[in-house]
Amino acid sequence: MSTRTKKVAARAEVQASGLSQEAIIRAYRQMKTIREFEERLHIENATGAIPGFTHLYSGQEAVAVGACEHLTDKDFIISTHRGHGHCIAKGCNVPAMMKEIFGSRDGLNKGKGGSMHIADISKGMLGANGIVGAGQPIAVGAAIACKLRGEGSVALSFTGDGASNQGTVFEAMNMAVVLQVPKVFMFENNGYSEHTGASYGIGCDDIVKRIEGFGIPVFLADGFDFFSIYEAMAKALDVSRKGGGPTAIYCETIRYFGHFEGDPQNYRAKGEVQRYREEEDCLIKFRRRMEQTGEVSMEVLDQVDAEVLALIESSVVAAKRAPRPLPEDLLTNVYNSY
Amino acid sequence: MPRKTFREAINEALHLEMERDETVLIIGEDVSGGAGGTSGQRDAAGGVFGLTKGLLPRFGEHRVIDTPISEAAIIGAANGAALAGYRPVAEIMFSDFIGVCFDQILNQAAKFRYMFGGAKAPLVIRMTVGAGRSAGAQHSQTIHGLLSAIPGIKVLMPSNAYDAKGLLLQAIRDDDPVIFLEHKMLFNDACEVPDGDYTIPFGEGVLVREGEHVTIVAMGQMVKVATAAADKLAKEGITCDVIDPRTSSPLDEELILESVRQTGRLVVVDEAPVRCGFAADVARLAAEKAFSSLRAPVLPVTPPHTPVPFAPELERLYLPDAADVEKAVRATLAHS
Repeated sequence: MSTRTKKVAARAEVQASGLSQEAIIRAYRQMKTIREFEERLHIENATGAIPGFTHLYSGQEAVAVGACEHLTDKDFIISTHRGHGHCIAKGCNVPAMMKEIFGSRDGLNKGKGGSMHIADISKGMLGANGIVGAGQPIAVGAAIACKLRGEGSVALSFTGDGASNQGTVFEAMNMAVVLQVPKVFMFENNGYSEHTGASYGIGCDDIVKRIEGFGIPVFLADGFDFFSIYEAMAKALDVSRKGGGPTAIYCETIRYFGHFEGDPQNYRAKGEVQRYREEEDCLIKFRRRMEQTGEVSMEVLDQVDAEVLALIESSVVAAKRAPRPLPEDLLTNVYNSY
Repeated sequence: MPRKTFREAINEALHLEMERDETVLIIGEDVSGGAGGTSGQRDAAGGVFGLTKGLLPRFGEHRVIDTPISEAAIIGAANGAALAGYRPVAEIMFSDFIGVCFDQILNQAAKFRYMFGGAKAPLVIRMTVGAGRSAGAQHSQTIHGLLSAIPGIKVLMPSNAYDAKGLLLQAIRDDDPVIFLEHKMLFNDACEVPDGDYTIPFGEGVLVREGEHVTIVAMGQMVKVATAAADKLAKEGITCDVIDPRTSSPLDEELILESVRQTGRLVVVDEAPVRCGFAADVARLAAEKAFSSLRAPVLPVTPPHTPVPFAPELERLYLPDAADVEKAVRATLAHS
């Protein structure tokens, strides 16, 4: 089975999710927030308002939210260069994130991290990371901390198909098994490592077999379906939270934008994104399921949509007005003391 | 006061701090050793140089963590544990091995605080440095200069057992990432070391010898070389200030500048090649901030711009010795 064809068996009939209304609405709000955050950044970036490199997560929302909805501030996650979605899903403050991306001194990281380095340790969010494959070993360390504390907390790392080829990820998987730490590896294959198709760089064309080769149980999920990810994460946590060592989830998804903003995406077939937006979109699927099961009304979700749009609008307005860094900010936070 | 070796001093500091603070962890290859071996004996190594011996039996496998040979995962795990509230002391057996984990030092540990708006990552990375054992080009380098060029980390390289214990205790308590470099040729050197708890602040060098004619700056094993030369010259009436900064980042600039302003002559003895290194940086300091006091060119005494050679004769030739330092001191004095 090739890397891009691991399909999870479709459900025979649409069942109620079993989640509370509150939980369903919260999950939808998180996914919608990520979507609108990213779609707005796409526009703002085009106007030149955003300094530096921006990598957008649109299309992959179900993965971040499906996993993080199980976590509390005591659990840790570590993200990637495409990190906004993971940050929002883990509870980072959205207006403060927006200010950070605009480079304000009032940003979540005081304007010195930017899009690729958003972190909030108090929320258990150990950072987006500009180095592909750097986060997985760090998450093993956070998992060591979780194990020592003995409170059932876990560390979760997000790994793209590109990072899945990094030696650091192999080291992290092996070390997690050796030390039997509560660590969940989320592999989200979005089809492209920068400008190169996933199947080219993954020599054996099967990330799942690789993970299994390290002795880590893998749960397959549909990266376009929040509920599928949510269920897989529940299974993974059932092992990892209870002292069963590391686990992994593998899913396939797609990013709606380029590797970075400005990427001409010459490697993509025409109409590819449009097809995914129409046929596989995680927000549309979520709504469709709610429509069928009747667990939450469309009016309620429409209301969430309006609230999210208002939040993004006010965040952008505030970020544009937020104070710029001062010259003295250059020298702060290099050391605690020196 | 009891005499202890450099090895014993470091081992004692680790015991004391693990006892005092239960968030202190040890992580690295063979830090206890023996896991999975056929004898069934744990703590079979206690570190390849025995510096972590006895920690596993006392503090257990949860806090003394033997790892696979995976340096990137070792430093990565130390970074993660530090961000998550622990104080890991990671070990990279030979500083040469940072080649396979440099990202976790250069891009992660050093930058968390700056990028993340003040995050705390209090980890210590211990690693050995130094030539003198014919260990060859990949087990003998001295890389304090390379590491000191990175903003966000602190770099220590003690020259004796007393400083090693005090600096390591301070390093573990410090809230910044600290790299603690242990020179292999110092492990068996002994001096008076108090039993109890004491710390040495960073950025405070010591005047190992006091003189009036020339300032010599040296760290680690090179302090021995510098003092041997100074002692010999003193018999002829040529006296030198020998300064051991003890930490190359932060650097005690004032101690060096104060001395250079008095002597007007500076020799920097270092175990790394001069180009873009510690010796060049100290020379830069004098040129920038004590220019009008200088009465002679600053002379570096360093290895040539080559890897560390294997053959003992070549390795001896590579390393600065007391005769090289003596020659440099005389050369700087000859300049009027």
